[in-house]
Amino acid sequence: MSKILIVAEHADDVLNPSTAKCVACASEIPDAEIHVVVVAANASPIAAEAASLTSVTQVLCIDNPLNVSQLAAIVAPQVVAMAEGYSHIFGPSTTFGRDLMPRVAALLGVNQVSDIMEVLGSHSFKRPVYAGNAIVTVEAPANLPLVATVRVASYRSVPDGGNATINSIEVESQSPEHTRLIELQAGKSDRPDLQTAAKVVAGGRALGSEEKFQLIFQLADTLGAGVGATRAAVDAGYVPNELQVGQTGKIIAPELYVAIGISGAIQHLTGIKDAGTIVAINKDPDAPIFEVADIGLVGDLFAIIPELQAALSG
Amino acid sequence: MDKILVGLKRVVDYNVRVRVRSDGSGVETDGVKMSINPFDEIALEEALRIKERGDANEVIVVSIGSGDSQQQLRTGLAMGADRAILVETSDRVDALTGARIFHKLIDRENPDLVILGKQAIDDDNSQTGQMLAAIWERPQATFASTLVIDGSKATVTREVDVGLEIIEIDLPAVVTVDLRMNDPRYVKLPDIMKAKKKPLEQIPLAELNIEKAVAISQVKFEPPTERAKGVMVEDVAGLVATLKDKGLI
Ligand SMILES: Cc1cc2nc3c(=O)[nH]c(=O)nc-3n(C[C@H](O)[C@H](O)[C@H](O)COP(=O)(O)OP(=O)(O)OC[C@H]3O[C@@H](n4cnc5c(N)ncnc54)[C@H](O)[C@@H]3O)c2cc1C
Repeated sequence: MSKILIVAEHADDVLNPSTAKCVACASEIPDAEIHVVVVAANASPIAAEAASLTSVTQVLCIDNPLNVSQLAAIVAPQVVAMAEGYSHIFGPSTTFGRDLMPRVAALLGVNQVSDIMEVLGSHSFKRPVYAGNAIVTVEAPANLPLVATVRVASYRSVPDGGNATINSIEVESQSPEHTRLIELQAGKSDRPDLQTAAKVVAGGRALGSEEKFQLIFQLADTLGAGVGATRAAVDAGYVPNELQVGQTGKIIAPELYVAIGISGAIQHLTGIKDAGTIVAINKDPDAPIFEVADIGLVGDLFAIIPELQAALSG
Repeated sequence: MDKILVGLKRVVDYNVRVRVRSDGSGVETDGVKMSINPFDEIALEEALRIKERGDANEVIVVSIGSGDSQQQLRTGLAMGADRAILVETSDRVDALTGARIFHKLIDRENPDLVILGKQAIDDDNSQTGQMLAAIWERPQATFASTLVIDGSKATVTREVDVGLEIIEIDLPAVVTVDLRMNDPRYVKLPDIMKAKKKPLEQIPLAELNIEKAVAISQVKFEPPTERAKGVMVEDVAGLVATLKDKGLI
């Protein structure tokens, strides 16, 4: 039997959907018992959410005011202190999980499987390498704890409906003073979150300025969509970094992705491989984005967007 | 501060369209252009800027790999690093063993700062820096887009999913860099000539007496599943009709 511990991701007392996706991945492992650990300054509301996830049987809370900071140096020792007895320890492939889990793995003296996209067996998985241009089947040693991150874009959240027990635990671990959180500047937006939105409208360098990028925001609002961007658009300062999609940005899997004025560089495409339908609007008929698009339209975005707006609102 | 250690990994150039070998044993590397991992180049650029501001005395570039990695180290020296260390092995080195190798070099060199890329674009693991910080028992500042040194402390802006996170860390520490930190300089011909005279030390991996970690084995490589061929539409009306057909609007 596999005994799997999932490290919950949360902010502002709310569980991040990435946790339910980790549970989905873990429940593909045969004969698994799934626990979730909430390392937090105020664990109970988060634990209640985690306890309602299908397949989770136990939620463990580690409450400590220091956990206001979710930095790896602070969270990792607490996870490690309670890791004994678990065959698997999973976290999400979000920036939270990617910061934390390798630190957990190293403290346990093991390597990590990054970005599980498919479960083949209790210790056998598929994961992407080379910006998704190759998929590798990996096998982890069965006699060691298996630390992994789950590629969240590959999984759908498990539904609510579980009824796990919630237990508080105390762990012995020292919180390091060498790492201090100063400030988290979270982008505020009423739009659907890029990582979980069913529809995303994204713009590239072609938008030309922060002002003109508003066209993308307006179209997104008409569609009820989240907004994404290429690295070129972020680098040029049209939008903040959290909107970047791709190998070094967010990997997303919306039902609809509308790429506007985006060339389709490999590093960008990595981020949208799992999208349901990709629409590309680009004035260059040879742009690589058309090779992956389900629906392509060649033309000038500055003419097309207003027309599309009119057609959608009319 | 005195020394900054920077890791440079030799990887398939980011412009290359990677192909999986037909026997599934890996990706094609014969005759393929190899370069410094782009994130590592940014790490080195940042170290050089810190030194040029007068905040550090020496920048040491380190690579772990086959003798071919000397090319990337020479490029690093041409960019401005003071000396290079190649830990030589023809075997694949897993992330934890890589971190242990860096840790061993840290014991020897006592750097105040280690700057690495946030991930290598071959394995896309994003692990080595975090693992190194863990076994060195020092702070880690991952996915950094700005790094400000202030005596024995550093303030780092990290690119995280919700935006930007600003943290303060005590040195020594490990920083892993994101793309927006800087634009690496181009090397000029005279610098390449000068770099030939800079020291490049080669250490066989066996000499370091590292306890090798148990690797995650790579059983089989395959190309990703291709998306089905799409349709081109003539105009906005065609686009809207197709989206309606698919039930997407
Ligand atoms: C290590 C590494 C990691 C990277 N990670 C990422 C990543 O995570 N995400 C990412 O996006 N990029 C990433 N990149 C950058 C990537 O290689 C590309 O440079 C970037 O995606 C290009 O962005 P773009 O498509 O907006 O710009 P461009 O490539 O300049 O494309 C602009 C497109 O707009 C079209 N266009 C111009 N004007 C109009 C108009 N009026 N109407 C319609 N179309 C028009 C052009 O035909 C062109 O196709 C990475 C690069 C490296 C080296």
